[in-house]
Amino acid sequence: MSHHDARETRLLGPRVSTGIGWGALVALVLLGLFGLWGAPPDEVQGDAQRLMYVHVPTAWLAYLAFFVTAIASALYLWPRTRARVWDRLAGVSAELGVIFTGLTLVLGSIWGRAVWGVWWAWDARLVTTAVLFFLYLGYLALRRTSGDPSVGAKRNAIAALIAFIDVPIVHFSVEWWRTLHQQATVFNPRLSAEISGVMAWTLWLSVLAFTLLYVFLLDRRYRLAALEDDLDDRELDRAIAARVADAQPAGMASS
Amino acid sequence: MSLAGEVRLVAGKDLRIEARSRVTLAQVLPFGGIVLLLFAFALDPDRGRLAAVAPGLFWVAVLLAALLAIGRSFAIEQQNGARDGLRLSGIDGAAVFLGKTIAVAAQLLLLEVVLGFGVAVLYGVDVTSVVVLVVAGVAATAGLAATGTLFGVLAAGLRTRETLLPLLLLPVITPVMLGATRAFESGLGGEPAEAWPWIALLGAFAVLYLSVGVLAFGPLWEDS
Repeated sequence: MSHHDARETRLLGPRVSTGIGWGALVALVLLGLFGLWGAPPDEVQGDAQRLMYVHVPTAWLAYLAFFVTAIASALYLWPRTRARVWDRLAGVSAELGVIFTGLTLVLGSIWGRAVWGVWWAWDARLVTTAVLFFLYLGYLALRRTSGDPSVGAKRNAIAALIAFIDVPIVHFSVEWWRTLHQQATVFNPRLSAEISGVMAWTLWLSVLAFTLLYVFLLDRRYRLAALEDDLDDRELDRAIAARVADAQPAGMASS
Repeated sequence: MSLAGEVRLVAGKDLRIEARSRVTLAQVLPFGGIVLLLFAFALDPDRGRLAAVAPGLFWVAVLLAALLAIGRSFAIEQQNGARDGLRLSGIDGAAVFLGKTIAVAAQLLLLEVVLGFGVAVLYGVDVTSVVVLVVAGVAATAGLAATGTLFGVLAAGLRTRETLLPLLLLPVITPVMLGATRAFESGLGGEPAEAWPWIALLGAFAVLYLSVGVLAFGPLWEDS
């Protein structure tokens, strides 16, 4: 049985996982120190700009998580690489993606209130992120509807890929509809000219800290999902064994 | 049998069931009509506000009615083992997809014509380009029917399919809602030339999801 295979019940070794967890914790503490005190306040936005150090990494993680979901789903659909590990990985990464998308929306809204004076603006990136949130909530709802696991896994993988190819179309159409957001800063080639040294370092630290956190959470959530599946299998095995034992005449079971 | 023949068979079967049961005519169409009335209650009809937002209201009404039509397209396969019969018939999954998409699209087009007249009469809009309205309507309907049929089979056979289908489908078709509304704004009182980029988007969306459906429907259909 594939579920007794040790490689399928863990993504990372226990030591690696713990190491990454500690790394994430240290990086987050450093980020807190640099983000709140180390980096200077923004010339225009003041302290409100410090929200960038949590808003940008959560947005980056949301996209990374959905990208991982898409890759894992494609690997599940490809007959040669079809394995339960990919279905499970796609599901747990999408869960994290939805959480980080929700955080991105909330943090962005708070930042928007402080800087623009409104909680929400009908800006292209905001609207795309909101649609993304609902797109993957639907995917998670589909996953939760249980059925035959092997049939369900194929259906989930196809749904994840459809959601993934929809994201650029949504983004393109919404951007066409309205464009007034500032240009992306982190992935801009003129980075050094736009934000100062300590601020840039803090931003990169935030991306590193949150990425480590994502890997750690992904591993732990995966382990939990694997244990849950294993529990289901074992309970069924035990129930069958108990039923078989009941059917045997008394005395035979003890011998 | 050729693919076109199989497509025609499946589309004909669905449309024949509809012609005899009259669910779209007697239930989905009146539903769209009452939605148009409700919009007038929600927005004050006296200040010309309805005419200004008529394109958006029209497409929201179509979208809501489309959810019912798509649900119906797979509900008819649930009864009397129809789905198993269709699967055993040896008809290619792609043909089932295209046939069901055409049947849904035909019903939606009828619905759009009737609701279009309703919007024109009730909301008092000016038509500046019939060509834009027809082309945008056909392109949007193709995309809507293709994605609807694809998600219809994805949700088919699940316990929560009635509530799952809208949640899955509505976020995916936001580009259709955007493009069709903008194109209709140009065709209803706006500048018709501005509609064509949006119609191109609607066309690209339809082609993309028709291709995805042809590829993915088969495996989903066999397992549903």
